[in-house]
Amino acid sequence: MSDGTMRELASMKHRSLVGLCTIAFVAMTSLCLGQSIVPPPSASPQEDGQWVMPAKNYASTRYSGLDEINTANVANLRVDFTFSTGVVRGHESAPIVVGSTMYVLAPYPLILYALDLTRPGAPLKWKYEPKPEAAAQGVACCDVVNRGPTYGDGRIYYTTLDSHTVAVDAATGREIWNVKLGDINIGETMTMAPLFARGKVFVGNSGGEYGVRGWIVALDAATGKSVWKAFSTGPDADVLIGPDFKPFYDMDRGKDLGVTTWPPDAWQQGGGNVWGWLSYDPDLNLIYYGTGNPGPWNPDARPGDNKWTAGIFARDPDTGAARWFYQWSPHDLYDHDGINEQILLDMPWQGKPRKVLVRPERNGYLYVLDRTTGEVLSAKAFAYLNASRGVDMKTGRLIENPDKAPVMNKVVRDICPTAPGAKDWNPSAFSVRTGYIYIPHNNLCMDYEGVEPNYIAGTPYIGANVTMHAGPGGNMGEYTAWDIAAQKPAWSLKEPFPVWSSTLATAGDVVFYGTMEGWFKALDARTGRLLWQFRTGSGIIGQPTTYRGPDGHQYVAILSGVGGWAGAIVSGQLDRRDATAAKGFVNATRNLPDYTTAGGTLYVFRLP
Amino acid sequence: MMRSAASTVLLAALLLTSGCEREKREFKSERAESGDRDEVALSSLSPGATPPQVATSGRAATFEGNAYHVAQGKRLFTWFNCNGCHAMGGGDSGPPLMDDKWIYGGTIENIVATIREGRPNGMPSFRGKIPDDQIWEIAAFVRSMGGNLSKNVAPQRNDDLNPFPAENRRPPSPPTTGGQPLPASRGTQ
Ligand code: HEC
Repeated sequence: MSDGTMRELASMKHRSLVGLCTIAFVAMTSLCLGQSIVPPPSASPQEDGQWVMPAKNYASTRYSGLDEINTANVANLRVDFTFSTGVVRGHESAPIVVGSTMYVLAPYPLILYALDLTRPGAPLKWKYEPKPEAAAQGVACCDVVNRGPTYGDGRIYYTTLDSHTVAVDAATGREIWNVKLGDINIGETMTMAPLFARGKVFVGNSGGEYGVRGWIVALDAATGKSVWKAFSTGPDADVLIGPDFKPFYDMDRGKDLGVTTWPPDAWQQGGGNVWGWLSYDPDLNLIYYGTGNPGPWNPDARPGDNKWTAGIFARDPDTGAARWFYQWSPHDLYDHDGINEQILLDMPWQGKPRKVLVRPERNGYLYVLDRTTGEVLSAKAFAYLNASRGVDMKTGRLIENPDKAPVMNKVVRDICPTAPGAKDWNPSAFSVRTGYIYIPHNNLCMDYEGVEPNYIAGTPYIGANVTMHAGPGGNMGEYTAWDIAAQKPAWSLKEPFPVWSSTLATAGDVVFYGTMEGWFKALDARTGRLLWQFRTGSGIIGQPTTYRGPDGHQYVAILSGVGGWAGAIVSGQLDRRDATAAKGFVNATRNLPDYTTAGGTLYVFRLP
Repeated sequence: MMRSAASTVLLAALLLTSGCEREKREFKSERAESGDRDEVALSSLSPGATPPQVATSGRAATFEGNAYHVAQGKRLFTWFNCNGCHAMGGGDSGPPLMDDKWIYGGTIENIVATIREGRPNGMPSFRGKIPDDQIWEIAAFVRSMGGNLSKNVAPQRNDDLNPFPAENRRPPSPPTTGGQPLPASRGTQ
């Protein structure tokens, strides 16, 4: 039984359990399935003190059962060791821990470092340099970031900016395979963290701002050979849509919608890139992932629903065959990539146990979907928005606000949320002890002018001039604890800058996240009270992780190094006089250089 | 009396022609592969006592001093999607072009070379893709982004969403020696 289990059971009693399930014993979770909100056990194994993939587990809870660090003592956290990555661009990656080794992946040029946790100061064991093409930096839309390495079968896997995927021997750092999957000459890059499952590595491409056609590929984990590949636009055969495909809503039924919902041939530059998060349900044997925005941004250039962009697929991991699809934003108007994380949970829904998937989406709604069918059970706004008025629960369609729809050659003011959405790529966490999902997100609005897009391979394909600004209240960031059962926020905090870091929840009832000014914060998971904070060298946009070190104690790790889309003004030294710089983000974060400088350092904390 | 009348006429003629200069157009344009008559140095160091040798064609004046060319440059800057990577001078995946920091030099000859040859950390080479005189027009517009062209010549308005005052109202920010961006921050290791 893990450290946290007894405590976990004790607290579940008062929060997420009802009726019969108040007696604590070991088999509790399974016994009370249906009354509590828990990740499926097959997708969230017992706490073992490691952190082997950025999402922590297949259910993507980013929750650790460790509780040595808790609300009572977190105020005493101290830096144990630091490590400079030598790069001062945006650090969006998660430090992962396998056994007694920590793996740290820096942004371009994407050097992987292995640190030995058994020795004081965690000295370097080895490093691996994939030597990506320098020219790839030009076609990275949003800084030269990477969202993390992942572990499986003795190997570390990650993607590189010049569209390779590599596998490295976790023990020695020796390259096992290195495959080129895309072409930077058409603007195709890779930035996502792979998912390892069933002996395969699942990766997809980035390039939604360059008219790149999106895809996901399953690679054999041992050899890097492609097992299947599914595109996000085009004929059904390319999308791997066959007889097993049973979407819940009428809008997603029909032949070759990936062609017919576009102007002739526009699907070839249609985007729908797979650059975000995957989850995996071993019981249903389904992987879940989202597709990015349609290209170009300017919607007038692509009348139609633009399948299968800005939606979510459930697929058979072995064959790639699509099972269902749901489109968050049919004919997306605002660059709302549908690529955010999906947290898999088993919970009662209107009295019946349901297997659900929870997704805080760019368009500002927190969706609860039935993950066997793709049915929307709930879609409630978690941030301020005026661009839409909810989701039609009969048709599944987003109800857009025509007053805020982009118009060619006219500036439409104050559209909320913005292109990066109410929440961008940075994933949330779920605590089984509170029943809350912790969402790091934005409070931003934008002015948007549609202009004629011009497709030139390898250059941006956007067709919009944008400037962003803070939403109501003047704060650009928010951190919200969302009560899933009650379908409303339990508490929410404001941050001056967008919260561009991920977050972590623990059995010590502490949640962690970082701010763009550089604060690394610990909050009480139940109340949101600030318990501890530490000012790191640069702004934080990374993913915190926690692990049990070889000495048996709990540690918390975070990469500090501002950048990404929101922080490009600092990492790219952009000129704040141009309100459209970084696709308009600079107008919002123009004062960030007064608060932080570029950096690239790992910080690891522990109790004294 | 006669003299001053003559000089008035002369002055008027002069004014007229300089006015024409501002809008002068050449109707025979250069083809994509021509050009390359400028020798630019990317370093202020050169072994020995003399500074680096440079030889410029003199085309700079033709383009930098002509409002028509600069206006065309502004149109072509978005036409060829330069704005996708550099925004309207403030920068994106590519560095800002309106400030005084230049990695590869801020003269029009440097900028022409940058556009034509590309640069290693992600600037595409447009050689053979953009006709040579249009590269010069774009480069002249890039010079105006930092307020480095005469106010008569620099564009006076933006047709689209107005991110900042038009080029002819910007304070000049000439390229500074030692003003290069930090190399590490452009990702080279
Ligand atoms: C795909 C993105 C991309 C496109 C399109 C692009 N650039 Fe660039 N540009 C870059 C990058 C990245 C750099 C920095 C290269 C380096 O540091 O080696 C750069 C560098 C430059 C520089 C040199 C800046 C300096 O400090 O020396 C100039 C000038 C420039 N670009 C102008 C243009 C113009 C004009 C166009 C359109 C014809 C254009 N760029 C199109 C990405 C792009």
